Amino acid sequence: MSGKPRLTYLNGRGRMEPIRWLLAAAGVEFEEVYLETKEQYDKLIKDGFLLFEQVPLVEIDGMKMVQTRAILSYIAGKYNLYGKDLKERALIDMYVEGIADLMQMILMFPFSPPDAKEKNLDSIKERATNRYFPVFEKVLKQHGQDFLVGNKFSWADVQLMEAILAVEEKIPAVLSGFPKLQVFKTKMSNMPTIKKFLQPGSPRKPPPDAHYVETVLKVFKK
Amino acid sequence: MAGKPKLHYTKGRGKMESIRWLLAAAGVEFEEEFIETKEDLEKLRSDGVLLFQQVPMVEIDGMRMVQTRAILSYIAAKYNLYGKDLKERAWIDMYVEGTTDLMGMIMYLPFQPADVKEKNLALITERATTRYFPVYEKALKDHGQDYLVGNKLSWADVHLLEAILMAEECKPDVLSAFPVLQAFKGRISNIPTIKKFLQPGSQRKPPTDEKFVAVVRKIFNI
Repeated sequence: MSGKPRLTYLNGRGRMEPIRWLLAAAGVEFEEVYLETKEQYDKLIKDGFLLFEQVPLVEIDGMKMVQTRAILSYIAGKYNLYGKDLKERALIDMYVEGIADLMQMILMFPFSPPDAKEKNLDSIKERATNRYFPVFEKVLKQHGQDFLVGNKFSWADVQLMEAILAVEEKIPAVLSGFPKLQVFKTKMSNMPTIKKFLQPGSPRKPPPDAHYVETVLKVFKK
Repeated sequence: MAGKPKLHYTKGRGKMESIRWLLAAAGVEFEEEFIETKEDLEKLRSDGVLLFQQVPMVEIDGMRMVQTRAILSYIAAKYNLYGKDLKERAWIDMYVEGTTDLMGMIMYLPFQPADVKEKNLALITERATTRYFPVYEKALKDHGQDYLVGNKLSWADVHLLEAILMAEECKPDVLSAFPVLQAFKGRISNIPTIKKFLQPGSQRKPPTDEKFVAVVRKIFNI
């Protein structure tokens, strides 16, 4: 009954990408089912697969899990990427939630009206460089360790790595004021499971393009 | 070093209310420091006590915790309201994310212009009665137990009660088609710690009115 986890989502990043990152970082192979039409999505709902009528959906360990954060927490817990005790988990949760707020801006960006795009890009740059990256730069500087929490690779490191690369796609020089984060990025890139995920042919999805936006609007149309 | 947790927020519900509910349900006494002006918020920021420059912030067990979900997860785990294992936690997380989505819609209602507000009120009622409440009604009906997960009071039950009461404030008869949820509401409301929280004079905050919206707008510059 337990095989590989199976992910159901569109063939793009969206809300599933952090889940792909975390499974990949944990060295867990997974399968994917891609939603391409509204009919497929409606059928999933009709068949009772989606607890709240929404994707992401991850079939894992006999559960049909929905809600991105619930799925990520489960994976982190299962694969020992959630710290060693309650306090380390608290730190990981805080870091991950902050990064999720930044990633939310990037997630919504392709859907902004054309006249708002420049303003939204500026907001992403401002938040990344003034609110989020300084926090993680400082954390790494203060303890001088390779990983954000407990001197051990965790969900927080994976999430931060994903965010750094996502922001750099939009603002290539964004790490220029953050030497520790540059070192962090290099270290993460060289971890075997992450290195593999960053290579062509991996399950990592490309940045959203017009076709992706079109598919989203089509599949989730009311 | 252990004193009572100290909550930093405005004197209203917002994102802190779920935290007040959970601490109260767990029987934990807490203190509150209210942000009343823009200057109060600025001072917290310049004192460097807000990791991402945002509230809620809860001083607890020597940490200055931020990010609502991180705080709630920590409290739930600390006070044994998070299930007995990873799978129960997964279910609690899924359920809580659903009620978070519903309460999120309700939270923003007072801040919307009148014409948008009416449309969103209809959407809230629709979502509550067709997407969210049916899930919890079915979960309770299927296992016939008093609580959502593992036959034991958990964060999911507290959060669901909070969501039910908020939805009822929007539409008093919203539970009319959900007999099992009506029974759940009665039962959970009678748990001594929760009953106490529901009484006048507790730290539970009233619904957000127009006057308070103006205060919030000024403090957060929105």
